Amino acid sequence: MIIKQLSVFLENKTGRLNEVTQILGNAGINMSAFSVADTSEFGILRMIVSEPEKALTILREAEFSVRLTDVICLSCPNEPGALARALNILSGESVFIEYLYAYSMDNKSANIVLKPDNIQKCIEVLQAHKMELISASEMYKI
Amino acid sequence: MIWNEKIECASREYMKAVQSERLIETVKRIYHNIPSYRQKMQAAGLVPDDIKSIDDLSKLPFTVKTDLRDNYPFGMFTVPMSEIVRIHASSGTTGKPTVVGYTRKDLNSWAEVVTRSLCMAGVHREDIVQVAYGYGLFTGGLGLHYGCENLGASVIPISGGNTEKQLQLMQDFGTTVLACTPSYSLYLAEEMEAAGIKKEDLKLRIGIFGAEPWTENMRKEIESKLGIKAIDIYGLSEIIGPGVSCECEHQAGMHVNEDHFIPEIVDPETLQPLPAGEIGELVFTTITKEGIPLIRYRTRDLTRLNYDKCACGRTLVRMEKCKGRSDDMLIIRGVNVFPSQIESVLLEMSETAPHYLLIVERDGNLDTLKLMVEVQEQFFSDEIRQLEALRKKITHKLQSTLGISVDVKLVEPKTIERTAGKAKRVIDNRKM
Repeated sequence: MIIKQLSVFLENKTGRLNEVTQILGNAGINMSAFSVADTSEFGILRMIVSEPEKALTILREAEFSVRLTDVICLSCPNEPGALARALNILSGESVFIEYLYAYSMDNKSANIVLKPDNIQKCIEVLQAHKMELISASEMYKI
Repeated sequence: MIWNEKIECASREYMKAVQSERLIETVKRIYHNIPSYRQKMQAAGLVPDDIKSIDDLSKLPFTVKTDLRDNYPFGMFTVPMSEIVRIHASSGTTGKPTVVGYTRKDLNSWAEVVTRSLCMAGVHREDIVQVAYGYGLFTGGLGLHYGCENLGASVIPISGGNTEKQLQLMQDFGTTVLACTPSYSLYLAEEMEAAGIKKEDLKLRIGIFGAEPWTENMRKEIESKLGIKAIDIYGLSEIIGPGVSCECEHQAGMHVNEDHFIPEIVDPETLQPLPAGEIGELVFTTITKEGIPLIRYRTRDLTRLNYDKCACGRTLVRMEKCKGRSDDMLIIRGVNVFPSQIESVLLEMSETAPHYLLIVERDGNLDTLKLMVEVQEQFFSDEIRQLEALRKKITHKLQSTLGISVDVKLVEPKTIERTAGKAKRVIDNRKM
């Protein structure tokens, strides 16, 4: 259930994001989900890629600050109120969410990448409520 | 007015006799009280009796700032603590400050050399002196203070900062002499302009400026903006504080109070003495101090000496404005900053120090420090709030270690240029 997310430290400078995507593209690594968190001076690029370990190595060689972070991916029906239900469950069980981002591939479902403070507890809570979690292998394949 | 004409206008012969006598006493005092210096002398095959006059000075081993740190805090004092009546400290090369102690006699000598300096600058007992140097561990404020009192001038011990009050008192009290860092005087001038105060509204006539490097252009600017004569004063806490040397009204080099502090110029590489007139590293031997006398203390300031008699009548040797440093120390708003201090702060955050670059700018008339820190993997968290917390922690630590604020910026690895594998640590964009 645990997915390895690739995080990259970026300064807010023209062309830096471009460089990362190019390096990954040239190495034949696909990105399935992607988000940028930014402050006035720097940003953190977070993404789910087809081969996290390989991506880590080649970005490290290109002298980026990178790391792998454990996240989970929740699949919700693509309909009003679905996300609210999931978040309600988590907050009811006091699971704190550091950050999240979402993507949708079709009309039926939306996928939400979640970084909770306690990942094991988060998985247990969601599974107990019969919420659908996407497996890592499935996620890397997209 | 010349405060102590007998010594300030003495013949070279007389001065050398005074210096020789005092040097012999100082060497004995240190040899018998400071084991670390005694060992240095023994290693050089020297005993106190080998020093018979000032001509033997160059035989003696040097003292450096790290000697003070290694003997932190009081290990270089040559009197028991019961004799010490004052302690000052300045920032050291790493975490620990450089500590100096003064006996009653040392404080009197200090007041004497500052009084001489004030007289050189043209200050007299009718003057009202606003001392806007910091009071406290820093020697600037209290050093000037006791010199002014000794002269009989009226002191306003306002200390640094609080610009509005500085300007108010300057107007209300009719301040005639301002003592502060040169950059602060320019800042005051700007604030005066903003507040609509004209230099004609003030009674200022002299400025006693020191504790940081400044240029002839700054002097011109200060003199025209404030309508004063801007005098350069020099000193360092290890030697005594302000008053080691000072310019006279002719502004042609700073007269060294050499009956208290013998200056030498040495080649910073070979450490061999250089002939008069050549630029090299300034070295001082204190010959009247009891608390913490120092033999051949390397100041790291680069300058040269001029033994010609001055138009003011004084024969005290003159040193030029310092041309730079033979180490990497920076002086920011009167505060000594060593890149190694920054490194030790960063080392507290992780096991290996990240690459960093310190950028010094003169923003208007105030020096600002910006620190770029490379976010290597040991620092990198993928949460914004943790990176922000890291930035705040570094900022806070630097503020408390250095005593001045630093703008910290997190940058990507390899952003900071390396020359031949070695990172450049400091860029000083101030035009000196």
